[in-house]
Amino acid sequence: MEARIENLPAILRFAVDCADRLSWAKNRLANIELVIEEAVVNVCKYAYPEGDGAIEVSCHGDQNGLRIRITDTGQPFDLLSVADPDMNADVEERQIGGLGCFLIRTLADDVTCRREGNQNVLELTFLPGKKKADHADGG
Amino acid sequence: MEIQVRKEGSATIVAVSGKMDAVTAPDYEQRLRELLDQGAKTFVNDFSNLVYISSAGLRSILATAKALKSQDGALLFAGIKGPVKDVFEISGFGSLFQLHDTLDSALKSIG
Repeated sequence: MEARIENLPAILRFAVDCADRLSWAKNRLANIELVIEEAVVNVCKYAYPEGDGAIEVSCHGDQNGLRIRITDTGQPFDLLSVADPDMNADVEERQIGGLGCFLIRTLADDVTCRREGNQNVLELTFLPGKKKADHADGG
Repeated sequence: MEIQVRKEGSATIVAVSGKMDAVTAPDYEQRLRELLDQGAKTFVNDFSNLVYISSAGLRSILATAKALKSQDGALLFAGIKGPVKDVFEISGFGSLFQLHDTLDSALKSIG
């Protein structure tokens, strides 16, 4: 599929349908959707600065968890190397970038990022069971 | 995502429902920019029906807040819950902005 923002809803539908089959908690699914959006948006916005290119998203879920693999053939990118945003900065000082990568690293149970030939390969793993952020809505 | 705007006293209430993602967040930012250009300065975002927000939404909020700050404006939030609240807390936005459980409470804080 072309790596364009307008394709985001279709990609998310595919991934959320896959995750939904695991019957995990609703908040968990929202977090998974968020991580996938952030990863796909990164590719759409930054992988192909000189034009269009492809993105491939595959999904595998079973009792051991959910694994999402996202590949592109754009410029090399390692989201694990992006600095965390400064949480103590006020509105004026707070930088606008870096949040997407931070959310991916925080909400996924495992993130691997590597270059294979001309491809960026991002693998996101979500394990069964709750993460701390899944039940932070109590107050 | 749907945006409904109404005035109450000096406050401009922006009720956002649905999903604020990379596709829809620019609409939110543009709408608030227009209201700001029309002279509105005190905004209460009613997020009680917002079910999803990604970093694109947070970026639009931060860009709006920066624009408001330079004009001595204010950006408050009411009714944030569920996954949206999680994302606010994880990203540090919970301490960056005034969050109120209800719209009434947000409006009372403005006076």
